[in-house]
Order: sequence, then C-alpha cells, then structure tokens
Amino acid sequence: MPVAIPTSLAAAVEAAAALPGAHLLAGGTDVMVEVSFGHRRFDDVIALDRVPELRAWHHDQGAGVVRLGAGVTYATCERPPLSALLPALAEAARTVGSPQIRNAGTVGGNLGTCSPAGDALPVLSALDARVELVSVGGSRTVSVHDFMVGVKRTDRRPGELISAVTVPVLDGWQGYTKVGVRNAMVIAIASACLAVDRPGRTVRIALGAVGPTVLRARAAEAWVAGEVDWEAGALAGDPEALARELGERVAAEARPIDDHRSTAAYRRHAVAVLTSRLLRRAFP
Amino acid sequence: MSETTTAAGVRHGLGTSAPRPDGVPKVQGRFAFSSDLWADGMLWGATLRSPHPHARIVRLDVSPAWTIPGVECVVTAADVPGKATYGLISSDQPVFAGDVVRYVGEPVAAVAADHPETCRRALAAIVVEYEVLAPLVDAEAAVDGSFPPIHPDGNVIRHQRILHGDPDATGPVVVEGTYELGMQDQAFLGLEAALALPDPGGGGVELFVATQWLHEDRQQIAACLGLPDEGVRITLGGVGGAFGAREDISLQVHTCLLALRSGRPVKVQYSREESFFGHVHRHPARIHMRHHATVDGDLVKVEARIVLDGGAYASTSSAVLVNAVSHVQGPYRLANAVVDGWAVRTNNPPCGAMRGFGVVQACFAHESQMDKLAAACGLSPLEVRLRNAMRTGDELITGGPMDSVAPLERCLLETAAVPLPPTPDDHVLARPGGTGRTTDPAHVRRGVGWALAMKNLMYSEGFDDFSTARVRLHDGVAAVKVATAEVGQGFVVLAQQIARTVLGVDDVVVEPADTTIGSAGSTSASRQTWMSGGAVDDACRAVRERLFELVGSRHGIEPLRLAIDGTDVVDTIGDLRVPVAEASAGVVLEQTVEHHHRPTEELDEQGQGRCHTAFAFTAQRAVVDVDPELGLVKVVQIATAQDVGRALNPLSVVGQIEGGIAQGLGLAVMEEIVLAEGRIRNPSFTDYLLPTCLDAPDVVAVLVEEPEPMAPLGAKGVGEPPCVAATPAIVAAIRDAVGRALPRVPVRPQDICL
Amino acid sequence: MSNELPAAEHYVLTVNGVAHEVRDAWIGESLLYVLRERLGLPGAKGACEQGECGSCSVVVDGELVCSCLVLAAAAVGRDITTVEGLAPAATPSDVQQAFVDEGAVQCGFCTPGLVVAVHHLLDQHPHPTDAEVREALSGNICRCTGYGRILAAVQAVAEERRRV
Repeated sequence: MPVAIPTSLAAAVEAAAALPGAHLLAGGTDVMVEVSFGHRRFDDVIALDRVPELRAWHHDQGAGVVRLGAGVTYATCERPPLSALLPALAEAARTVGSPQIRNAGTVGGNLGTCSPAGDALPVLSALDARVELVSVGGSRTVSVHDFMVGVKRTDRRPGELISAVTVPVLDGWQGYTKVGVRNAMVIAIASACLAVDRPGRTVRIALGAVGPTVLRARAAEAWVAGEVDWEAGALAGDPEALARELGERVAAEARPIDDHRSTAAYRRHAVAVLTSRLLRRAFP
Repeated sequence: MSETTTAAGVRHGLGTSAPRPDGVPKVQGRFAFSSDLWADGMLWGATLRSPHPHARIVRLDVSPAWTIPGVECVVTAADVPGKATYGLISSDQPVFAGDVVRYVGEPVAAVAADHPETCRRALAAIVVEYEVLAPLVDAEAAVDGSFPPIHPDGNVIRHQRILHGDPDATGPVVVEGTYELGMQDQAFLGLEAALALPDPGGGGVELFVATQWLHEDRQQIAACLGLPDEGVRITLGGVGGAFGAREDISLQVHTCLLALRSGRPVKVQYSREESFFGHVHRHPARIHMRHHATVDGDLVKVEARIVLDGGAYASTSSAVLVNAVSHVQGPYRLANAVVDGWAVRTNNPPCGAMRGFGVVQACFAHESQMDKLAAACGLSPLEVRLRNAMRTGDELITGGPMDSVAPLERCLLETAAVPLPPTPDDHVLARPGGTGRTTDPAHVRRGVGWALAMKNLMYSEGFDDFSTARVRLHDGVAAVKVATAEVGQGFVVLAQQIARTVLGVDDVVVEPADTTIGSAGSTSASRQTWMSGGAVDDACRAVRERLFELVGSRHGIEPLRLAIDGTDVVDTIGDLRVPVAEASAGVVLEQTVEHHHRPTEELDEQGQGRCHTAFAFTAQRAVVDVDPELGLVKVVQIATAQDVGRALNPLSVVGQIEGGIAQGLGLAVMEEIVLAEGRIRNPSFTDYLLPTCLDAPDVVAVLVEEPEPMAPLGAKGVGEPPCVAATPAIVAAIRDAVGRALPRVPVRPQDICL
Repeated sequence: MSNELPAAEHYVLTVNGVAHEVRDAWIGESLLYVLRERLGLPGAKGACEQGECGSCSVVVDGELVCSCLVLAAAAVGRDITTVEGLAPAATPSDVQQAFVDEGAVQCGFCTPGLVVAVHHLLDQHPHPTDAEVREALSGNICRCTGYGRILAAVQAVAEERRRV
C-alpha cells in the first residue's frame, strides 16, 4: 500500500524500516511543495499525522524540560499553555507562514527540512534542545547543534524518524524576531533568538539565515554574560552602548551570503540590529 | 455607499453601487473560471520550455515522449500548420522555437496526455540539445548597437524622440536624476488556463480561455492554425484577474493545436512557476530626467532619456514606449521638451502590457523630480504641484491641447483635506516588520509623500479600438451581448446598470462573451467603461428609440415626446404611462452598435501628433512608517482624490482605487522579478512577494466627479491612475522619513539603511 | 489512467459531510487536486501550489489548512469542509452575502479561500479587532481588491452577528 497511515509510533517505525525510500509526511508544508514542483517522486509515503505519540507534548517539571512530539504544530506552540513554557518558540511559531501553514506545519518538520531560515530552529538552538530519533534498532538523542549538519542536511539516518525534541525550560526572558520584506508570510532574511538563563547566568544567542545552518554566536554570548549584573538582573553599564556592541560582536560571527532574497551585508547588519533590540527587550 | 435607487426610481441603475451578477456564484465557489472547465474525454496539455536565455537548438527529439503510456500527442514548430509567428504589433514571436531560443521559458514543444503527471514525465523525456549562446541582457548594449542582433528584426524595437517648443530653453533652477524600475509581474491569481474542443474533421476549434481580448486572440490563433477567423470560436472562460498579462497569446495556439492534432478536447493549465515564464511582464526601465524651472518653481523644460527593456519579443513595447515618452510631461504645464526613448530587445523575459503601460515608469521619474524641484525652490511638494498643474486646454508636448476635463486643483486640495492618520498604533502588527515583530515604537519614523499622475485612456496612435454591443428588449427583459472580457473589474454589472437606466428595466441578462458578436477591444488601457459602456449605451438608446416608435405608433403620440421614467414609458406632455414590460411584451427590439472614439494620430519623428484620446488624473498622499535601522516599511495611509468623471458604480470605483494602490505599493517596496543573466531567480510566491492584508494601508478615497463631456457616460476610466500614482507617493514618503535619494524601485531594506 | 504512475488504493474522503470514493488516483495528488478533478468540487482554487496564497483553503478537522499541501490519500477519516459546504446553494451565508454587498468580490479567484478563512475566524473569534482580522487573513492573497472591501465585509458580519 503506497500510503501508509500508521496509528502508533511503533507502527510508524516499522513502516520506515519496511519502506526505506518512503517519504515521511507530517504537515506537508515542505514535502508537498517539492512534489508539486516535481522535485520529488512519490512512490511510497508514510503519513505521520495520526501517530498520537508524535502529536503529544509533556512538561517534565522535575527535569525542567518540555518534550515536544515531532508532530506538534506551530499553532499548538503559539497557544497557551505551551506558549507560557516556551515563549520564544511561541513567538517564532507565530511568524511562520500563514495561519493555514501554522495549523499543519510541525516542529519536527522544521527540523527534518533543516533550512537555515527555519523559524523554530534558532529557538531550539538557543535553548540547547535535544532531538530524539527512533528506528527499529532503538532510539537515540543528539543535540540540536549536532543534528543540524548543513543546508537542508541533518544527522537523521535512513530508517530513522524524528520522534521528539526535548527543550529545556529556562528561567529568564526569551524572544525571537525575524526580518522579511513584507509584513507577513516571509521566509526569514535574517532571524535571531535570545534567551536568558538567570540561574545559569548565560545569555544564548542563535541566528537564522546567516549561515549554512543556525549559528550560535558563542563569543558574543560569553562577552555579554560578563556585562550583566546578575544579582540585579540588569545590564552593568550603558544599555544602548552595550546593545550596540553586542550587535557588532554578533555580526562578526555571522556568515551570511548574497542570494536572491537579500545581501550578505544587509543580513549581517540585520542580525546586529535584531540582537541589540532583543537584548534591550531582555534587559529594559 | 449602497444606494439602490437613482432619482428616476429604477433599482440598481447608473450611479448606484449595484451588486454584481456574478458575485453570488463567486462567493459560493460555483463561478466557472477557465481552470474549472472540463470536457468528456479531455486530455491535459503541457509545454516544454527553454532553460536557456539564448541558444541554438541543435537537436530536438520528441520520440521518447511518444513511448510513454498515456501520451496522445506531441507537437513542435514543425507541426504549426499556418503562420509560424504571432504578435500584437509585429508578428515576431514563434509559436514554438524553431532553430533559436531567445528567453528562458520560450516554448519548444507541447504534449497532450491523460494526466498532468503523465505530461510532466513526457516533457522530461523529450531530448533537446542546445548550443548555448551568450545572452544579451544589458539594454544599453541593445541601444548602442554593440551586441549583434538576436532577432532578424534587430535589437531596437522602437526609438521615439519628442522635440517640442524650444529645445535650447533653460531655466535658472535645474534638477535631475537617474531613476530605475525593476521588472514587476502582474501575478493575477487565476492561472492561465484554456480548454480547446476540436471540430470533428478538424476544420475548426472551439476555445474557452481566460483572456483580455477575444477577437485579437482569434485573429492570431486562426493565422497560426491556418484557419479562417470563423474557424476559431472563442468563448470567454472566467478570468481570475489580468492586469495586462493576458493581452498577448500565451497558451491559446498550443492548446488548439494539441486539440486539433489529437482529435480530443485538451485543457492546458499553467502552474504558478510556469505562469512567471508564460506571460509578459512590466518593462524594467532606466530613465534620466532633467527639469529646468524658474526660481519660483514654474517648469520651463523637461529633458529625458528613457530605455525600456522589452525582452525577447516585441509584444506591445512600441506602444508602451509611446506612453512613456509622452507622459514624461506628467500632468504639468510644460512648454519645452526634449525626450529620447528606446524600447529594446534583449534575452531577458519578454515585456508587454501591465496596468499603467509605460506611464508607471514615467510617473515615478517625474514625481521624484517634482519633489527635487520643490526642495530647490523652497516649496512644499503640494505647492510645487499646485503651481504647475495642467488645465484643460494646455498644450501637450506631443502637440495639440489636452482637452479632457482636468480637475487637478480639486484632486490635490481634496487629498490634502483628508486628515492625517493618528500617530502609530500601539499594536506591533501595525508597525514595520509586521509579524516578524522586529520594531518597537521608538524605532519608527513617519514620512509623508505626494504624487500627481496623468494617464491616457484608450489606445493611441491611430488605433481604432472600437467596441460592439447588441442589446435586445423583449417582455420587459433586456439582454446585453458584448465580447468585453470581464476580468474582475465589474463591467458585467455596469452593463446591467446602463440597460436598467436607459431602458427602464430591472432584469438585465448579460450574455456570455464570445466571438459571435463583433470585437469589444481589449480590457486594458482603462477603456472598457468608456468604449464598451459606450457601445452598450448606444445600443440601449437605439433600442429605446425603437421602443418609443412602437409606443408612439400604438398610441398616436410623437415618439419625441416619450421618455423613460423609472420602469415606465411616459408621455412628457401627456398622461400616457405604460410599463416598459407591457410595451415590450411579445416583441423583440434589437440593435447592434459599434462605438468608436475620435481618431488619433501617429507620432512623427519629432514626437508630434495627437496620439491620445483622453486623460484621467489623480492625486495621492502617502503616509508611511519606516524603521530606519532595519529599512522596513509599513504604508499606513493613502489619501487620494481621483478624477473619475462620473462614478457609475461607486463601490466598483473604490475597488479599482484600492486594488490599484495595492499594486503600486507592491512595486514600491516588495515586487520584483529578480534576473541574473536572463534567468528568473524567484518564479514563485515564496520569493515574488505580493502585498498581504497586513501590508495594506488604510485608503481614504475621494471621488472627484466632473463629468467628461467626451465620454459617452461622462465617466473616465479609473483602473490605472491609482496604480501609477501609488508607487511615487510611497517612495516620496519613505524619502521624507529617512532623507535618502531612493532612485530605484522596489526600494529594498538595504537601500534605506545601509 | 496509465500503469506508469503509482496508484493509491481506493480510498474514501468525507467532504461536507458526504463520503466520496476515490479510485485509480495517482498517489501524489493533493487534496486540492482530488476535490477539483475527482470529486466535482471545484470551489477551492489553485494559484500557487505552495501554500503561499490561501486560494485553496479548506477546513480539515476544524483547522484551516491549504488543501494544496494536504496529500489526499492521507486525509482519510478526516472531516473536510470546503466553500461548497458552508451554506446551501439557494442561501448564501452571511459572510458570503457580506462579500457581495461590500464589494469584496472582483475577479473572485481568492474569494472561496477567503470565505472559508473568514468563516473559520469568526467561528473562533466572533469579535476580532482589525489587527486580529488582518493576521488571521494574512495567508489569503488578493490581487484585485487591495483588501479594503474584504476587511469591511468581515467587520460588517461581525457587527451583524453581535446584533443578533
């Protein structure tokens, strides 16, 4: 049967093993576009949207993480109660495409496609999420940084499905913002997520659309963490100047290119501005 | 806005916002667009296109396609039975490329098969060997003749000068600039679609197609098929927008040829990607303009050099050029002009008609110039325009008076009277950046900009673009037959309104548009209200005359005494009152009339000639919010007072204004077909960005009604002026906010902030 | 259909409350294609094949989605509502009538998708602000109207429903 519609994770995994060339179809927002354009031939399909384990999410308070099934949609991420636990993910989800796209598109799909401009990815990166992969051989987890290998290339092996992504719940401000030429429905020309971990005294900065995959601006992160008065929960210095310097440092770590959507120069400039603004939002 | 009765008492007559007859089917999804049509035994057709901007076809082998089960027909240039080429002005464009391809997307072959997927596989199986040639992609190289001809007709499609007044005149104040416009796409939503049904025996074909001009299509199709015109019968399939992109032949000949060859109905439907390659685009332009003026800001002279990149085939480039050079004047009094314009051929995608037709380009340049002039003379943008605004009777730089009604002062002052919008909303979605949430209130700077535009109506340079209408009155019901292409603009309701008012009937049937009646001309050039409205009006009046003769003879009354009052025939000096339904019971009164506008002239070598029929004007004031650090723009409000002559259907008019503004906004800040060496880099809606409702401004539209005596219904065309004016008004507002020169559209973020 | 193309087994789709059998379909067909070409429901329109225009919008299990991005054979067992299912043919819905009355219909190609989206919006948020309406409809492109009359139609319906 060319279209497999498993109704459990175990069945999905078996189908993936039995049909090694099969296309994995969740929300369809990336895969179906490729079919329409004739970029993919469809011989076997495994539809994943009836697998309840993939749709579910769970807040493990003890471990301080949210485990999101790969099939959780952007629409679910946008709304409470999930939006309160992962506010940056909610913000990112809200920027994806249109309401129609958000009702269908999934976090797992965003990971599986692994576009450098994928909206959920800077958030998952900033929060040091871990990706769970499952196959007939068992399951494994890998950090999201190791999972995103290159432009539309991941560490997923044949026969593996992304089953979940585990996202730490941080105590601190977090936000996401992205630049596009019109006011809705844009692929990011540049994007940024900034997340503060107060107890851990870190500031995480992840950038989208300025490298082959999402980048963490680690040098800038380390620098800015040192500019925060963690006791007071405020920047230890002139906020405007610090924000500007952070932007410059972040821009230096970006690796943007020129393409039909924008230029490297603009992207570099944009992530500097976005990051400065996010810092000011985090520390008003 | 929705008044339902006129003074005379008939419901939904002229001057009311009568609801359109196709409205309910459209909201229910029951309206048949061309892409919804279907026939028993139908095959799907698809087109193979060149991947190269310039190449010689060394070998073309379609035999592998024939081996695929489900494929019924494969055609190439060798299979075209009639004329090998077509074109709106010169027949320079091949139905299928023969030995050379001249643009990416040029058709090379077509197939018909049982399923679109089979078609895709068949196309992939066709073998084409190309010898890639260097493409001509720089329009200047076509102008200076440094590139060998890429077509037997040469690389210059047309060169036109204008010399008017004193070519050596100067003024103490001189402002100049070089302006550029990128390639815009019409991007109608209703993708190209056609269904052709061959006559048994193959002596003719019936075609259902979404198009702008049935009869022009018919002529070209018949010639290519080697059939007489009557052998091609065209019925308008529902049209999902046009904006100029359906004036040229796209899939018509291919579809008919596949149907005739296979002996079966064939439907061809383009995808969005294919649509970007399958129709003409707006001409990219480079314009250098210099104005001389007095120290008080009175225009003395304009000099301009315009280069329009027409792409691989001529299409309507020649006419677009005439519009561009003649509208360099703008709606201004201007005694002296030296203009040089070229429309050239390159291996870039072919360009042709798009709403505004050459005036968009000229207007962006002259309005940018007017703001420079204002600054140089210490005037406000409004003052400099009021000072120089044209009046009826003023001389055109092409010679002769501009004799249309011209309420320019009213347009400007009534626009200025619209209250400015309140300071930015607290809502993040209302700020630049929209859903990306990039921008806080402190990051926003507001700017205001102006534009004043003039746009010619109807076709020019001696072209007799008449329209034909047949009206029949029987048993109190009027039937209107016109071949006018309804593309969304609302002609179908206007036709009803005319018949209701003139004939005093409530029920008006608008019959399908097809080639069983004479030509209505193109739905373009803001002409259908004037021309097809005029034809329907003429035909209704002729029928009314017959009705009065009939009633007069029945009641012994001189027909000249009779009039229509509401839905009755009345004797204006007696007591007789007879319902129209009763008077027309059991009789059929029918008249067919052609409506022509006054003749126009070609431009001579000095660009002199009365080449345009009439003009319409509009003023716009744009308010934009800009995030100067990120270069992001939100257009907040457009206030506009437009010269409409007479608002025959106010809701329709507002719809044209709001829709035209959205397209002008697109060109201003987001729409461009990005080319690299002749290749389109963004042939999809992911990367060719159209304004969403989050990009749309508040539009406050004032309809300035000073009836145009030359127009049959007093009404001017309204579709193009708002599109023409919006782009320069918005860019002027961005300049006001950030102080940058911004000589190019679309304005990109990096143009504002880097 | 030829044997070249991998077929999906016979499957059943429930559209507007009615079960429809689909046979001999190519596996890669989208729900949009099947609705239009096999089920006689051409109301949903295709203008971009990419989910970028919303002309194909339908409601699947209560969620507004682009039918061009739904694999038809995988939509079995779901409740699908198209524009044809919003109201009986003889009586347009209040949303549909408002679109006509407010001048929100020009060429009409975007209209079915918009009507479905507006119904869905007002069912979930009966009193949306202008910003909420715009965000909710940001996935529906209109090339003719510039959105002014569409937004007016939505507000007219919301008003009217508030009154009733």
